[in-house]
Amino acid sequence: MIHFTLNGQPVEVELEGKTPLINVLRDYFGLFGTRYGCGQEACGACMVLIDGKASYACTVIVDELKSCSIQTVEGLGNRDNPHPLQKAFIDEQAGQCGFCLSGMLIKSAALLNANKNPNESDIRTALKDNLCRCGVHNRIIRAVLAAAKDLRSKGALDKADHQ
Amino acid sequence: MSLPGSLELNKRLSSWVEIVPKGIIKLHTGKVEIGQGILTALRQIAADELCITLEQIEIISATTSEGLDEAVTSGSRSVQESGLAIRHACACVRSLYRDQAASVANTHAQDIVVEQGVFIGPQGPIGDYWSLYKCQLLDCDAWMNVELKKTQHRSIAGESSLRIDLPDKVFGKPRFIHDIRLPKMLFASIVRPPSPGARLEKKSIPRSGEEVFIDGNFLAVVAKSEFESNKAAAYFSEIVQWKIQGSFPADIKKFLKNAKRDQSIVYQDGGVDNQLWDLQVDFYRPYLTHASIGLCCAIARFSNEFLEVWSHSQSIFRLRADLAVVLAIPVENITIHHVEGAGCYGHNGADDVALDAALIARKYPEKPIRVQWSRADELSWGPSSSAMLVNIKASLDKHGKIAHWAQEITSNGHENRPHGDQNPGLLAASHISNAFNIPISRNPPLSSGGGADRNAIPLYVIKNVCVQMNRLLEMPIRTSSLRGLGAMVNVFAIESVIEELANIANMDSIEFRLDHLTDARAKAVIQKVVEMSDYKKRQVIDGYGWGIGFARYKGIGAYCAVVAMIEAGRSILVKNLWVATDCGEVINPDGAANQVEGGAIQACSFALKESVQFNSEKILSDNWDAYPILKFDEVPEVQTSFINNQHLSPLGVGECSTGPTVAALANAIHNALGVRVRDMPFTVENISNA
Repeated sequence: MIHFTLNGQPVEVELEGKTPLINVLRDYFGLFGTRYGCGQEACGACMVLIDGKASYACTVIVDELKSCSIQTVEGLGNRDNPHPLQKAFIDEQAGQCGFCLSGMLIKSAALLNANKNPNESDIRTALKDNLCRCGVHNRIIRAVLAAAKDLRSKGALDKADHQ
Repeated sequence: MSLPGSLELNKRLSSWVEIVPKGIIKLHTGKVEIGQGILTALRQIAADELCITLEQIEIISATTSEGLDEAVTSGSRSVQESGLAIRHACACVRSLYRDQAASVANTHAQDIVVEQGVFIGPQGPIGDYWSLYKCQLLDCDAWMNVELKKTQHRSIAGESSLRIDLPDKVFGKPRFIHDIRLPKMLFASIVRPPSPGARLEKKSIPRSGEEVFIDGNFLAVVAKSEFESNKAAAYFSEIVQWKIQGSFPADIKKFLKNAKRDQSIVYQDGGVDNQLWDLQVDFYRPYLTHASIGLCCAIARFSNEFLEVWSHSQSIFRLRADLAVVLAIPVENITIHHVEGAGCYGHNGADDVALDAALIARKYPEKPIRVQWSRADELSWGPSSSAMLVNIKASLDKHGKIAHWAQEITSNGHENRPHGDQNPGLLAASHISNAFNIPISRNPPLSSGGGADRNAIPLYVIKNVCVQMNRLLEMPIRTSSLRGLGAMVNVFAIESVIEELANIANMDSIEFRLDHLTDARAKAVIQKVVEMSDYKKRQVIDGYGWGIGFARYKGIGAYCAVVAMIEAGRSILVKNLWVATDCGEVINPDGAANQVEGGAIQACSFALKESVQFNSEKILSDNWDAYPILKFDEVPEVQTSFINNQHLSPLGVGECSTGPTVAALANAIHNALGVRVRDMPFTVENISNA
């Protein structure tokens, strides 16, 4: 039995230790937002946050999850309470087929955790291993810039509240 | 005269529009969402014409059992075919309900207006579509002379609308075909042969606990989970022996020049024989593939000789016909539901995987069989876009005008979708013991835009033109449609030659183009892109280059002109693209901009990086390292603009920017380096060999 935290909830699974995380998420927990694109850490569609770090769910296996905290795209937010990135992706209409978007959102969330004020070049560098075939890159960049701004203004408000 | 778009073939109003309780109108379309935003645009057209809100429309994509057959979702034709049909059908529905309101209120129909779905007469509101609902009112055919809303009265079509499908994709909801789970579902993976002609050595198949499905050279493993089926497939791939036959050409250009062919004249005007040519040049593009981010996937279930399939095919009715032939069951026994997959950009393995699942499902009655291809299969077993050679010869007259133009295209066909004939081209059909030979790819007729010859007839006014096509009758690599078909290479070739001829004529290439065009819309997009990019004031900086490309897609579609600014360093980096488009009426401006920009960025990827790699036996570019696509740090800034022509008929925008972008890059490379690159992709190697 392996225990870990999934989108803020403590969970336990009893599965073969070599089962990739993506199969655990999709078939054990019914969280289909994590998309399978290559199984080779080469496209980024399957990214999730593991202890805050953007990671490939297609190659991380159950045995490595002990006591980890995992956040998937579903854990970022939902329609009623969207993450600023999710809101910005919709505002900018940053998607066509949308298959890469979960990975884009997760990688961007990791970037914003590390850098509150990224410029365009930071975003391009951070996302360079996440593949998009439809050509939505510029919209994604604009969405991440907008979300960062949104988060900074929220942060400033929170700070003001505390004072 | 005939009804617009697909309405001519499906005239019955009730097959398009259904008034259902709770204030909803269901809208049916035979076109499918492939990431292009078509459902959003069609909903806008319907809501506008019915005079209701977007939220009151529920749009439903096709199922073969209860849906419209609109053939294939391809060729940038969905707005023209489905959109115009829906607009006309909705106008008929509005008119029928207005008559109904008139009879209820005992007034004249022409005195009634519709607002937000409510019919309002001289005495006030009469009722809405739902309160006035009359059973079977829409069980009639559409008619010709219905009054459509005037352009200036449209308020929803023409305004940007948010994509219907995007929230699910941003919040990680199950929406893709990959996310379907059905009771008793089993998961299968295919163990493909190492090369197309390879034969399975059955003795090499290990006796193991795994469930194995074998039919001729088609081998699959079946398990209770995706993880187990993937694991089993990996194990079998290592163990199973195949007798390999090499069949791929060692030299593609030689193959293109020497293979058996069917020659035809695409277009002839005047004579081009015995000319002294100012220019004789060859352009080349290798095989490309679709490279979807998601994998091909399908689910199939047999029960009592009836087959139910879930598929992301672009042509479910034709797929159904092909499945019936391969499985030798009546077509009526098959139902196919369309479910979204990842973007496909043409005919990828979506149809093939449906047959994979169906073949296996027959062995497991009542159990849904889900097949998902591997990344390697996706990149190496899906159809490729044919390698192409385009030869152009041209000469100028003494006034510096193009006098003669001869163009010869050599390529495999660009169309091998399901056709519902007796020779299905589905991949596994060529691997099973009762095998079907994969048909040699065809080209759509020129009236539908052509295939290898798409955009081969220059829009420029030239006195003597001859365009000839060689469709190859040998097909070592299975080919089919990729975004724009032959247009990408033909536009690249034509626009390169135009630059060269302008240079020989000692003319500015923009003026040279305008001088050879009579179509005002063509001139307008070129002038627009020149203005957007400040092309005339471009700075000459060492290592940087500017180029332009133009085409009217298929000669009958949207007009598009592109200016590219590149940096030619260790490799070519595209810094900026400006794209001007005239597609007549724009239904969803933001959606159209997204499509045009996406097409242009994808074209940079095709032009700079992509090429299917193989040896004599197998395709080697079966992973993302070997088949790289454009990445975030290589993507240019893109500015798009549309000519305001809302009163003109809408033209699809999915494919119009591809060719002009490739051409603009080639011309920019010439501007930066003085080198005329004629072989795609524009890698350092191909540029230094130019």
